[in-house]
Amino acid sequence: MSAEIVGLTAAQAAARVRAGELSASELFDAYLERAAAEDLNAFLWLAEEAPDPPADAPLGGVPLAVKDLFCVEDVPSAAGSRILEGYRPPYTATAVRNLRDAGATLLGKTNQDEFAMGSSNENSGYGPVHNPWDRERVPGGSSGGSAAAVAAGLAPWAIGTDTGGSIRQPAALCGIVGLKPTYGAVSRYGMISFASSLDQCGPLTRDVTDAALLLRHMVGRDRCDSTSLEFPEEVVQPSAERLAGMRFGVPPELSGEGIEPGVREVFESAVKTIEGLGGSLEEVSLPHSPHGIAAYYVIAPAEASANLARYDGVRYGPRTGDSDLTAMYEQTRHDGFGPEVRRRIMLGTYALSSGYYEAYYGRAQRVRTKIAEDFKAAFERVDLIVTPTSPTVAFKLGERTEDPLAMYMSDYCTVPMPLAGIPAISIPAGLSQRLPVGIQLAGPAFSENRILDSAYALEQAIGFEGVPVG
Amino acid sequence: MTTGAPTREYEPIIGLEMHVQLKTRTKMFCGCELSFGDEPNTHTCPVCLGHPGSLPVVNVRAVEYGLMIALALRCDIAPRSIFHRKNYFYPDLPKGYQISQYDIPLARGGRLGDVRIHRVHLEEDAAKLVHAGESGRIHGSEASIVDFNRGGTPLVEIVTEPDIRSPEEAAEFGRLLQATMRRMGVSDVNMEEGSLRADANVSIRPVGEASFGTKTELKNMNSWTFLRRGIQAELERQEEIVRSGGEVVQETLHFDPQAGTLSPLRSKEEAHDYRYFPEPDLVPLAPTEEMLERAGAAIPELPGERAQRFERDLGLPEETARVLAHRFELGDFYERAVSAGDGAANPKTLANWVRNELVPRLGDAEPEQWKVEPAALARLVALVGEKAVSQSAAKEVLDTLVSEGGDPQAIVDAKGLGRAGADELAEVVERALAENADAVEKIKAGQDKAIGAIVGAVMRETKGRADGGEVQRLIRQRLG
Repeated sequence: MSAEIVGLTAAQAAARVRAGELSASELFDAYLERAAAEDLNAFLWLAEEAPDPPADAPLGGVPLAVKDLFCVEDVPSAAGSRILEGYRPPYTATAVRNLRDAGATLLGKTNQDEFAMGSSNENSGYGPVHNPWDRERVPGGSSGGSAAAVAAGLAPWAIGTDTGGSIRQPAALCGIVGLKPTYGAVSRYGMISFASSLDQCGPLTRDVTDAALLLRHMVGRDRCDSTSLEFPEEVVQPSAERLAGMRFGVPPELSGEGIEPGVREVFESAVKTIEGLGGSLEEVSLPHSPHGIAAYYVIAPAEASANLARYDGVRYGPRTGDSDLTAMYEQTRHDGFGPEVRRRIMLGTYALSSGYYEAYYGRAQRVRTKIAEDFKAAFERVDLIVTPTSPTVAFKLGERTEDPLAMYMSDYCTVPMPLAGIPAISIPAGLSQRLPVGIQLAGPAFSENRILDSAYALEQAIGFEGVPVG
Repeated sequence: MTTGAPTREYEPIIGLEMHVQLKTRTKMFCGCELSFGDEPNTHTCPVCLGHPGSLPVVNVRAVEYGLMIALALRCDIAPRSIFHRKNYFYPDLPKGYQISQYDIPLARGGRLGDVRIHRVHLEEDAAKLVHAGESGRIHGSEASIVDFNRGGTPLVEIVTEPDIRSPEEAAEFGRLLQATMRRMGVSDVNMEEGSLRADANVSIRPVGEASFGTKTELKNMNSWTFLRRGIQAELERQEEIVRSGGEVVQETLHFDPQAGTLSPLRSKEEAHDYRYFPEPDLVPLAPTEEMLERAGAAIPELPGERAQRFERDLGLPEETARVLAHRFELGDFYERAVSAGDGAANPKTLANWVRNELVPRLGDAEPEQWKVEPAALARLVALVGEKAVSQSAAKEVLDTLVSEGGDPQAIVDAKGLGRAGADELAEVVERALAENADAVEKIKAGQDKAIGAIVGAVMRETKGRADGGEVQRLIRQRLG
């Protein structure tokens, strides 16, 4: 029975609960049992029980795995960092509240790279997460716990956050669907900030239908987040079977050099599938996107250096060193932050320093504008852009930890979209070295319905088999 | 080397930076209520405590007050102003940065009185630190306690151009600004409670020199008297340095009002690179036409306009009109006195009494502490006009009104300050003539000036209750 329950997609499970064919508590217990027994280190905290969902709730009591950095009242929310160990926020993030209101129940908090800074989940203050396809490999990051949990059937679905690829890249490496919405589509209130102008939360799911269902109940203007926007239309369930009339652009900058051969093969085959479904293809140039990583690694650390200044051990979180104020700050921050976080705080502080601001932050912002303009020009010719999601398949644990630049390049294909604020999805498109490969579809701001519809058609045609549950 | 008042050799160059706490119901970026004197840390939330994941949302009312201030100061309002993060570590700053405005402030330019305004911007206040220990300052204190009730209070910072040329002008400008804010009801502008804070940038230059000297920044002057004294002390200090061939060092100085001295803040506290960058959690502030109209309509008659009305309608000289109108509470006091006087007290005479006699007696006292009633002053001036009380006796009555309040007629009666009667006066004049035979002789010999001695004697005898003119008339009549 339990195996059958966890075999259902979230949308199927919600439908059964609403139809009275499955009880919400049965559903919750089936997942809790699996999550409690997991050995991927995907979860940092698990709920003990689930409240009954409201009758007729659209998400029908389907359990939800939530990335650690979402604040949930009275639930440990540490953003994967030791500096927030034991922190239980006095309030709940808007995205989580919206999903609860729609009937989702909190299953647990998932592991992540500390403060979402990482592409392998090895920067977690609570140990790395293992990829369910190969335990010697990383699940990607920073939403590695959420991706691994969904891929391994420890949770029907999850939410994560994406700043430079942190939803899409782990989704690709774990063989699931991950969507980064338009900047402002989902409230950031209660999401522990990494880089405020880039952070956006979104769904990690087994299929495109689930992603649409989850997104539908996340979006909307929130008066607690000044940068949030009203979603201009309803997020609908995708149903396209063909791609006739759809124009797809392939940017050579993001699909050629630097993409490993196995990934390129899967990508090329997916492109053929698009043509087979009636979609047209053309090359579009995104000339500034190769500079995305450089711009990103100035802007994101700069914002992070300010966002992380509040962790001083005074009002919450552990505190060490008390000989005087400065010593306390220094000791607390030294003990609480991991090496990658410290590196980025220093990078960001430097980039904003007097005399360097223009050369780094100012220039990076101009590159960002250019990247956005590239996309705008491209979308005058095509409806969607298609690229590989990650240049490589999941790499081995420890393989890139000594080489930050190699690690940063994992986000090469995913970084330009958040810089431009536009939505993008990663769906699994095949295997290379018996590991999943994801392809990415990106569209203009608020084109989520279009993206989901095309992704759905492609998903049906590809027929990717996820990691066998069990 | 002698110290002393600055001479005419050096010209003071003074600019002010004023922080005005806005009197909104809630804080700048969250829904917590503003409070003063409540139990510490009772008006806080995830936003103003800087909890992880919390985000700021701009208080529309604070923007409206900011716009009112900018319009009142005749500034150019930016179509889109930007909030920035000003980064520094301090326990009173829970996020590790203050949300302020930097290169594109709410408004620029403008003028108040004779002083040009450089810029006006919106920001949030820091929390309040209470330092345990003798010094009351963070250094040397045993422990510091943070009260986050104040943290996040909306502030408007107003920066002037360096147009001020004396400590007195600085205090006068400060009063005018305070009056203008109070008139609009946008702030309590109470310096003791810190809802109005003034810092001064001070430098000197040789008279005739076009470029500015090195400036210092003065902090912690929480009354106009202290501001005046602080600037005065700093001008003297700088002049002494320059005279002895030294150079003024750019630094921030803390004014100790008790000792009247200035001491440098430790360099650690001021050597900041604030690493300003645009606040990504907020969108640009773009006031709508409707907001601008509403702000404009909410501005009442301001002190400058009031001064013009005093000149035009009440015939006051320009200077007097300005002094009365620029102190909002004084102008109100005066207008109430005029209407209470109801014609019995001449408005011009009343104005002179307020300006020349009342103002020096009130000093720095806050209006709510004033004991003298406008109607009482009007009656007193009317009594003088009716010649029922002499000028000098009236001043004595005013002393009592200011220190204790009350009714002028009652004070006159109780203290026997009523004008001397004709019989009494004739008697006193007679006695004075007898006791000043020399002077009488001189007058008779044509030395008219000698009459002063006799008038003086009469005034002394009557303790000022007699009218000088009347006394002279009586003396001349008696001497034929």
